[in-house]
Amino acid sequence: MKRRKFDVAAVPGNTARAVDERFQVSTPLRRLLNKVFPDHWSFLLGEIALFSFIVLLLTGVFLTFFFEPTMTEVIYNGSYAPLRGTPMSAAYASTLDISFDVRGGLIMRQMHHWAALLFMAAIVVHMLRVFFTGAFRKPRETNWIIGSLLFWVGFLAGFTGYSLPDDGLSGTGLRIASAIMLSIPVIGSWVTAAVFNGEFPGTIIISRFFIAHVLLIPGLLVALITVHLGLVFKQKHTQWPGPGRTNGNVVGERMFPRYAIKQGGFFMVVFGVIALMGGLFQINPVWLFGPYEAWVVSAASQPDWYVMFLDGSTRLMPDWEITIPIGEGYVIPPLFWPTVVLPGILVAISLLYPFMEARHLKDYRSHNLLQRPRDVPFRTGLGAMAVTFYVILTLSGANDVIADKFHISLNAMTWAGRIGLLLLPPLAYYVTYRICLGLQQHDREVLAHGVETGIIRRLPDGRFVEVHQPLSAGDGHGELDYVGWVVPKKMNRLGALGPAIRGFFYPIERPAEAPVSPGHPPVEPRPEREEITSGDTRP
Amino acid sequence: MTSDNDRRRGLLARLRGRPGAPSRGRRRLGAAVRLVAALMLAGGAYTVLAPGAAAQENPPLSSAAVDGKALFDVSCVTCHGRNAQGVEGRGPSLVGVGAASVEFQVSTGRMPMARQEAQAARKPEVFTRDEIDQLAAYVQELGGGPVVPAGDNLHADGNVAIGGELYRINCSQCHAFSGGGGALSSGKYAPSLAPATDRQIYSAMLSGPQNMPVFGDNQITPEQKADIIAYIQTTLKDDGDPGGLFNLGRYGPSTEGVAIFLVGIVALVFASLWIAGKS
Repeated sequence: MKRRKFDVAAVPGNTARAVDERFQVSTPLRRLLNKVFPDHWSFLLGEIALFSFIVLLLTGVFLTFFFEPTMTEVIYNGSYAPLRGTPMSAAYASTLDISFDVRGGLIMRQMHHWAALLFMAAIVVHMLRVFFTGAFRKPRETNWIIGSLLFWVGFLAGFTGYSLPDDGLSGTGLRIASAIMLSIPVIGSWVTAAVFNGEFPGTIIISRFFIAHVLLIPGLLVALITVHLGLVFKQKHTQWPGPGRTNGNVVGERMFPRYAIKQGGFFMVVFGVIALMGGLFQINPVWLFGPYEAWVVSAASQPDWYVMFLDGSTRLMPDWEITIPIGEGYVIPPLFWPTVVLPGILVAISLLYPFMEARHLKDYRSHNLLQRPRDVPFRTGLGAMAVTFYVILTLSGANDVIADKFHISLNAMTWAGRIGLLLLPPLAYYVTYRICLGLQQHDREVLAHGVETGIIRRLPDGRFVEVHQPLSAGDGHGELDYVGWVVPKKMNRLGALGPAIRGFFYPIERPAEAPVSPGHPPVEPRPEREEITSGDTRP
Repeated sequence: MTSDNDRRRGLLARLRGRPGAPSRGRRRLGAAVRLVAALMLAGGAYTVLAPGAAAQENPPLSSAAVDGKALFDVSCVTCHGRNAQGVEGRGPSLVGVGAASVEFQVSTGRMPMARQEAQAARKPEVFTRDEIDQLAAYVQELGGGPVVPAGDNLHADGNVAIGGELYRINCSQCHAFSGGGGALSSGKYAPSLAPATDRQIYSAMLSGPQNMPVFGDNQITPEQKADIIAYIQTTLKDDGDPGGLFNLGRYGPSTEGVAIFLVGIVALVFASLWIAGKS
């Protein structure tokens, strides 16, 4: 009997040929797989958000198998003894079942929640990277707008998810949301009645939020993310300036295989970090909050961190109530300003910023090279201002916990937040602006005079001068232009040490030779290294 | 009814002196005697019922209370004044606060106070168990007041499900869902329940120390108090945090937000540095 030879090595090739013969995909795929991505750690922050979104979808699908999104009242009889016999909604009871009776349910719930927090955190960090490096400039304004919308849609996804378990905390949040809706002049009561199908809390809100949370909002997120990534492909990724990199090219790694493999590995890392957090850190212990009852409000009731700035703005808002003398007097409650007007302004500013900046700078060219934050001090300053504003509001959202744990008066926290909100952002702008100018100036100084060598030379007349290693040949003045990329500032970066070995995390630098002792003759310099000369002999 | 009326009519008739016709002098004598008798009756009743001035000066203190008074006169008299009647602007009167209040304040180390501030903080207690009992006996004998039942385990037959519901309705506004405590206005706060014993929780509910309202036995019955204590001591403190090794202090979303940045984002930024550094 003749044994047929099976050539394993030929399988991928044969399969690929078979696929191509049927679908004719090799030409478009080649283009796609050869796509070049620039490599820098800060370009991976957006991927954290993407990968945690995938984890959110996976864990979320698991949770829907066991969650019952209705407000039907049931008597809990599960395995969590301290709530047994308590009347509660089916939504809350099934959340307890997921936590205590479904195998692996609690870690899935906690991973889902941590992934949600990570999704929003990564979006914000990625957004800061894009902002501070000017990656949002023409032609990428659309992607900036989509990214900002992703934050706000993620915000809605987070809030609806936070409300679903129908525990004491989420019900309190929902009550606040209904109050915010009610505060809108003229249409407020109609909006609330439409959302809750009558008076708060009604009997349908959990079912409505459920379908929004598992279908409408994720659908919107998937659509926005698809367009976001598609635009990155179409418009190509920005890159840092540097040797060989211009506004018209992209220097980096091909999508396949290296970049794809690295991204696959990074997905595993993100998944692992979320799983570790889900297993190690308890999040949202719904069983302690109890079922939602209108008369139960716990101390330290806060929204998740990305909503906390709204809580903070509400806490800082003075009780200014505006009464318009129409009929019996129409009242605009103070809640309207910090929770409807303020986020409205924030959305508008964040969406329109690229256009405002281009108009301000009269710069309508396309930019594919990034800018270092220090090179655009006013933008970096504005960013620092915005971050300060947001952080103060977020801290104020937790000001009761901070006041309690750090033994500060709650009233003092409130006033510090009010005053800080007005004073600190301009101060942050000024300080950041000065720091940027200082860093720039130091870069220019090194370019002009060279790197400090740490060698002090004594001149014949007794003066001491520090010896500088110029970065260019010649007299070292004005030879190198400032191009907005990293300037070496240590001799090690210029090869004063021997060649570095690639380490696990950073290159390992080794001293070149044995140290020179004073009594011995000087060691001959290695031929390939430049001689260190004095950069200048300034007095 | 009728017999009652008859008897009454007879009495009135006799007082008016209808039967017979007594002489004028005899009537006057009778009036004088009646007046003296009425005066003596009123005076006697006053003497019996009114508290004697001498008795207020020197209450018959029990031996424990005498010891307690000795301790009081050394450690507490500065602020609470002689005979615990209070000093304006320094300390309130302790007459009528009861043993429960002493038990709470002294056994948690809040009293004696280190200094006047927004609120007395828990600190290592100064007095021993016996001394606290003596002080409590003294204050109790000054003017009565609520008393904590005997025994160290006051939640033996408590129902955690009922206790949990009562806790969430009555306690969680200030002490938070987890019993970790919370802020009140102007530097005041609801303390953490973590170090509190059964007796301290019970006495706090009875006496309403500092900013806490009083939860008297007519508002929350002793059985309900046992339920609440059972919930705090067994469920809140000993549930073992099924969600993980770290409960992040159970302060709600604020520490969770800190954790996602300090742990999640930091770990992943290092991971991205590592991956990008491998080109």
